[in-house]
Amino acid sequence: MAESAGRWRDLDKLLLRPGNIVSPNFEPGPELRDDLQTYARVLVVGAGGLGCELLKDLALSGFRNIDVIDMDRIEVTNLNRQFLFRLQDVGKPKAEVAAMRVMERVSGVNIVPHFCRIEDKELDFYSDFTIIALGLDSIEARSYINAVACSFLEYDSDDNPLEESIKPMVDGGTEGFKGHARVILPGKTPCFECTIWLFPPQVKFPLCTLAETPRTAAHCIEYAHLIKWDEVHSGKSFDADDPEHMQWVFSEAVKRAELFGIPGVTYSLTQGVVKNIIPAIASTNAIISAACALEALKIMTGCSKTLSNYLTYNGLEGLHTKVTEFVREKDCLVCGPGVLLELDTSVTLQKFIELIGEHPKLLLSKPSITYRGKTLYMQAPPVLEEMTRSNLILPLYDLMDKVSKDVIHVNGMTSKNDAKQSCLLKLRIVFKGIDGMTDMDMASGA
Amino acid sequence: MVESKTKYDRQLRIWGEQGQAALEQACICLLGCGPTGSETLKNLVLGGVGSITIVDGSKVVEDDLGNNFMLDESSVGKSKAKSVCFFLQELNDAVKAKFVEESPEALIERHPSFFSQFTLVIATQLVEPSVLKLDIICRQANVMLICARSYGLTGLVRISLKEHTVIDSKPDHFLDDLRLNNPWPELKRFVESIDLNSTDPVVHKHTPYVVILVKLADEWANSHGGCLPSTREEKKKFKDLLKGRMIAIDEDNYNEAIEASFKISASPGISPALHRIINDSSAEVDSTSSDFWVMVAALKEFIANEGGGEAPLEGSLPDMTSLTEYYVNLQKIYQAKAETDVLAVEQRVRNILKRIGREPGAISKSNIKSFCRNARKLSVCRYRPIEDEFNSPMPAELQKYLIDEDYSIAVGFYILLRAVDRFAANYNRIPGVYDGVMDEDISCLKTIAVELHAVAAFIGGIASQEVIKLITKQFVPMSGTFIFNGIDHKSQLLAL
Ligand SMILES: [Zn+2]
Repeated sequence: MAESAGRWRDLDKLLLRPGNIVSPNFEPGPELRDDLQTYARVLVVGAGGLGCELLKDLALSGFRNIDVIDMDRIEVTNLNRQFLFRLQDVGKPKAEVAAMRVMERVSGVNIVPHFCRIEDKELDFYSDFTIIALGLDSIEARSYINAVACSFLEYDSDDNPLEESIKPMVDGGTEGFKGHARVILPGKTPCFECTIWLFPPQVKFPLCTLAETPRTAAHCIEYAHLIKWDEVHSGKSFDADDPEHMQWVFSEAVKRAELFGIPGVTYSLTQGVVKNIIPAIASTNAIISAACALEALKIMTGCSKTLSNYLTYNGLEGLHTKVTEFVREKDCLVCGPGVLLELDTSVTLQKFIELIGEHPKLLLSKPSITYRGKTLYMQAPPVLEEMTRSNLILPLYDLMDKVSKDVIHVNGMTSKNDAKQSCLLKLRIVFKGIDGMTDMDMASGA
Repeated sequence: MVESKTKYDRQLRIWGEQGQAALEQACICLLGCGPTGSETLKNLVLGGVGSITIVDGSKVVEDDLGNNFMLDESSVGKSKAKSVCFFLQELNDAVKAKFVEESPEALIERHPSFFSQFTLVIATQLVEPSVLKLDIICRQANVMLICARSYGLTGLVRISLKEHTVIDSKPDHFLDDLRLNNPWPELKRFVESIDLNSTDPVVHKHTPYVVILVKLADEWANSHGGCLPSTREEKKKFKDLLKGRMIAIDEDNYNEAIEASFKISASPGISPALHRIINDSSAEVDSTSSDFWVMVAALKEFIANEGGGEAPLEGSLPDMTSLTEYYVNLQKIYQAKAETDVLAVEQRVRNILKRIGREPGAISKSNIKSFCRNARKLSVCRYRPIEDEFNSPMPAELQKYLIDEDYSIAVGFYILLRAVDRFAANYNRIPGVYDGVMDEDISCLKTIAVELHAVAAFIGGIASQEVIKLITKQFVPMSGTFIFNGIDHKSQLLAL
């Protein structure tokens, strides 16, 4: 597409001029914008409040090859901040509408939407991107993408991360007037899992409080939602998106509150408690996304040093921004060199699956297993399960091309805080009794 | 309207219907609709401000499309104000969007009274001489002003107005108002009616910690010459005393009591911040005083009289392990006391209003109630005129910042931004527009005239956040000058 050089005047000024605040390997020049526009491929995960902003910011920061993935459809409550959507878009997939709107406005940018769950994509899909930008509101989804990005990380024989295998991530999160933006360079800076304690699980009310000693409006609502619903609607599961269900919970909560003399049950609070609604506004999303996009630009071009490595913003009382340099968890299961498993060459894939199910650090159920891009076993869909089932009786050693040691990827379910969640792990397999005959260390190849 | 209630649901949960109503009544003027201005306004249009008026005299050129999302190919050659206005209107048809095709500098010069129609003016990328004039105009007209600039990898945001007072400051963490070491008679009577040594294990483990702490604090004081635990040793002993009363380890109420035991040592009386407010010269009210200061004057009298040194009781009770009946009764006792305090303050407000020659009913009961509930959290923000900041800088502050590692980069940016403005004022252009001239001096700003979209979006985000706080009169706006550091994000607020 023909385009005058003038359009990127401001970006070029950043990329063409030397300065004394740049990163050490920054070499200004026109090819930097070319690189950014031709070779850089960025994946935006989430097309909600942060995702919409990220797409705009990245497109106007010179990125041209952008993909966006989101499984949600547009709702009316999105419109106060997700500025790429209009009232007539309600019900349409977010990823598709967001991609279309940004492409309409910014010529030359190509955005490919993916209207699906992040777990639906193969690892190969993710490996194609040079950088991943996360605009998510769920801990589970962050954890999953983090594991995917970390799964590409390879280590040399001294356990140093290999530069070219690092898949950088920028991650943002907001709640009301507060938010965070961070840079994750797997192997170098802490990954999401290294600092998982920053995201404590949500506290739930004890059932006995709900049933016997309710004190607040939220207790009454959760009683109607978690206890009364099941008592009355045997077998019918509660659907938070069904207004009739919500109305029922609300009226039951009101009755209970009256019974105990507890004030404060409203329909809005009922929705908030049942759906665990996090308040969200345009301005905080704009601030956090802009910080993430700026970091993505800096990581890709080296035009300045980057955030190291966690920025928090709080606008409630005055304005507070703070940068914290968190450190990596040495033994992180996700971004470390991987859990080491020593196996006999006779261990079959079936046996291996049992082993990782019992391994105290892993406790991984329903695993699907890939080795260097090759699927060894898939749990689902049934067609693939059937196709790979015959591998179960074969020795893992044979399936791994008889190398003495290497890394394999396992995708399965694990339980965290009593909740099952999907996870992706990297395991280092070493076969007993085989020395370095093949002279292949685990980081080479591929 | 049902639909707008749903549309704004996620923000109504933050600032409520009152905050939303204030936004919907606000008239905002934007000067300069480059990316910084467009992004600031975008966030406000989405939130549903009443009206926006965009002032910009320039025409859209191809260059503008690379960093401004509120323009597209079809805008080239047209008025920038008109084009941006069109795309902003698309975001929310409830907002009245207008534009004036004139340069902000010229408008400030020619038509200062233009600005008095607005609630708040946002000046973006405006150079120093015009900022100074605009500040004087806005202060005279009682219009709030916020300045925002993006410059390469840095930028600044600065609020300017005489005074902003906040009742509903919604702080993140604030110690609850339980009066455990100073219970009023009704609370004392309730506590006395409960037997801590109940033999019913269900009652024992569901006696609220407020009751436990009031009782045991009293017990402690009786055996310690009327004093409460103050040293670390005593506080530990007090916790042991609590532990000793447990009859099972799973008694959450006792664990909560141990965790909250520091609250009985809370020092009596009001905080230094509130002390400053009630002793502010504005609390000497006359007929020109604002409602806020009239209520502060009443609060001051209340503290000295009925309050016995304390502010009105807040009246809310945090959730705690308890029998429903105990909890609901406690809640009523706290609410009743808060209501009594409100009545006392209200009486004083009415008397003061009468004394200063205003209608005694001029301030509504619900406003007084809200004021009392938030009395401990009041906030007063004042901002120096920009002219004072420029002409009489505080060398001591600057000096302090320059030698402080955390601040030196930010202060460097500030000085450079000012230098850039001086340069522009003298040479009528912005350094960096022509390569090769003047680069050495300010090369560390790297790309002086650049308005990077991501930086503009960040600065615009900060500016719009502050606008929301100022208009809703909720939360506390920033003080000083915010200097954005896009290099390592160690941004700072400078008090200059
Ligand atoms: Zn890690």
